[in-house]
Amino acid sequence: MTVATLTRQDVVDFLYKEAQLLDEWKLKEWAALFTDDGTYKIPPIGEPEASPTESLFYVHDNRTRLQERAERLLKKEAHVEYPHSITLRNYHNILVSGLGSDVITVECNFTTHRTKREVLDTFIGKHTYEIVQQNGGLAIKSKKVVLYLDSLRPHGKISLIL
Amino acid sequence: MEELIRDNREKNEFLVHRSVFTEKEMLARERAEIFNKCWLFIGHETEIPEKGDYKRKKVGGRNLLLVHSQDGEIRALYNTCPHRGALVARENEGNSRVFRCFYHAWSFKNDGELNGMPGKDGFPDDFNCDGSKNMKAVNRLEGYRGFLFVNFDDEAISLEEYLGNAKEYIDLAADQSEAGLEVLGGVQQYSVRANWKLLAENSVDLYHGMPTHKTYFDIKQAQDPGIKRVKLEGKGKDLGNGHAVMEYVAPWGRPVAQWTPIWSEELKQDMDKMKERLVERFGEERADRIANYNRNIIIFPNLVINDIMAITARTFYPSSPGYMEVSGYSLAPKREDEEHRMARNNNFLEFLGPGGFATPDDNEALELCQEAYNNNQEVQWNDISKGMVRGEENAMATDEIQMRSFWRQYKVRIEESMKKEVAQT
Repeated sequence: MTVATLTRQDVVDFLYKEAQLLDEWKLKEWAALFTDDGTYKIPPIGEPEASPTESLFYVHDNRTRLQERAERLLKKEAHVEYPHSITLRNYHNILVSGLGSDVITVECNFTTHRTKREVLDTFIGKHTYEIVQQNGGLAIKSKKVVLYLDSLRPHGKISLIL
Repeated sequence: MEELIRDNREKNEFLVHRSVFTEKEMLARERAEIFNKCWLFIGHETEIPEKGDYKRKKVGGRNLLLVHSQDGEIRALYNTCPHRGALVARENEGNSRVFRCFYHAWSFKNDGELNGMPGKDGFPDDFNCDGSKNMKAVNRLEGYRGFLFVNFDDEAISLEEYLGNAKEYIDLAADQSEAGLEVLGGVQQYSVRANWKLLAENSVDLYHGMPTHKTYFDIKQAQDPGIKRVKLEGKGKDLGNGHAVMEYVAPWGRPVAQWTPIWSEELKQDMDKMKERLVERFGEERADRIANYNRNIIIFPNLVINDIMAITARTFYPSSPGYMEVSGYSLAPKREDEEHRMARNNNFLEFLGPGGFATPDDNEALELCQEAYNNNQEVQWNDISKGMVRGEENAMATDEIQMRSFWRQYKVRIEESMKKEVAQT
């Protein structure tokens, strides 16, 4: 794949693949989608542009931490996700910009459903990705998750990777 | 009266009847005897530093408006229009001299005084001369080291008297900073599908630390090969009035002055300087306590201040026996250096909060307790005896004296109500 031949569909397929890996609990494979300096962040609800020094994020992972997060969730002692919950992720309204440039920006709405012990919770919001080409494929440089919720009630937690 | 708590010091056995987690009647009694009479945390003074600053708060089931009034006073106004009841302030926070109810456009100064309404000629000249049409304020609001509390019982003892021995431990957290502590933005509003008292227990329970949070300690060990075996050693203490604390060595970095290898060399030098300054201010022993020891504090009934890998305050309130709303705060020194603040916040997020590597597992443990209480008919008692056999004055941090202190106070307060047919305020 080269810059010249990359299409919007390639990017969209890449995101669908990401969602599929998460839904299938292939979390190490998910972490492998990130560049060496990749980040994964969830700012506070209602403060999407908050500074991580002045406000408390839900998640503020560098590459090492997101790897730890993925590996932790696969352990039997990650009690909240053992047995694994059932999850279903949908990405909608996908807007791709900068296809010809070094960093492609993608915005999409997401709906992530999680069910465990017959309780269904739904997380909704907007993902913003920075995607780059690497080793003949695509890689995530950053993923930012903005929750469009009033609070984490009744969800109570973000034990999943959103 | 049914027995709810069996405190058998001869047998060294402490039992709590599981109906306290599931019965609606118990929740009504708790509202009457505990939430309507105890000091409840509403927020921190740094949330409303300027005149006109306000923030909506839910405390003890009420909709309140914490406001820094124009006269400099901090008030907790009931967020309801004295006219017909509508919620007056609808934005979660802001700065305003006036609050205006949109329904009939009555407006109020930020101390609650009625300022005006349309169609004044339809009311008598002496309307509101007794102040009954002002937004009402909670009569009792008091603070300690920046932590603000309200009490809905006008006859309650003062906050300082109520906090009693717990003040020493709040001081140890507050003394970390010469400039004082401040609340960070993004207060975490979440919930747990479990009884509120399970979170009070869990927050001062070190016994569950290793089994429940093994994945966190695995990560800590990988980060710092110097930690050969993570130990959680220290003391548990009853502070009176239902308050309790566990104080123990920190197997993780503390942003007060205990460095850990994942942090930079510069940070190490800074932390050494911080420690020196603490020694200057407080002497070697107290400086050690402030920098190198963790404290999990429960302030009865529903405030937890954990001075651990960062400082968090959490308060919680039940909307039903099996569901609580939690508010989680992060507190840090004012004007903290940027690198220190980032190290602190990363430390916080690694363990704490709904997206951390530990708090969601606590949440799960509590929910599994609540779910399995549907066996209450046949399996009736929780055991909270650990450490009694040692004598309460010798309690270790991994014992359960912290929880027994909570339950002994609970028993004192609820027993009175059990003599009555139904809960009465």
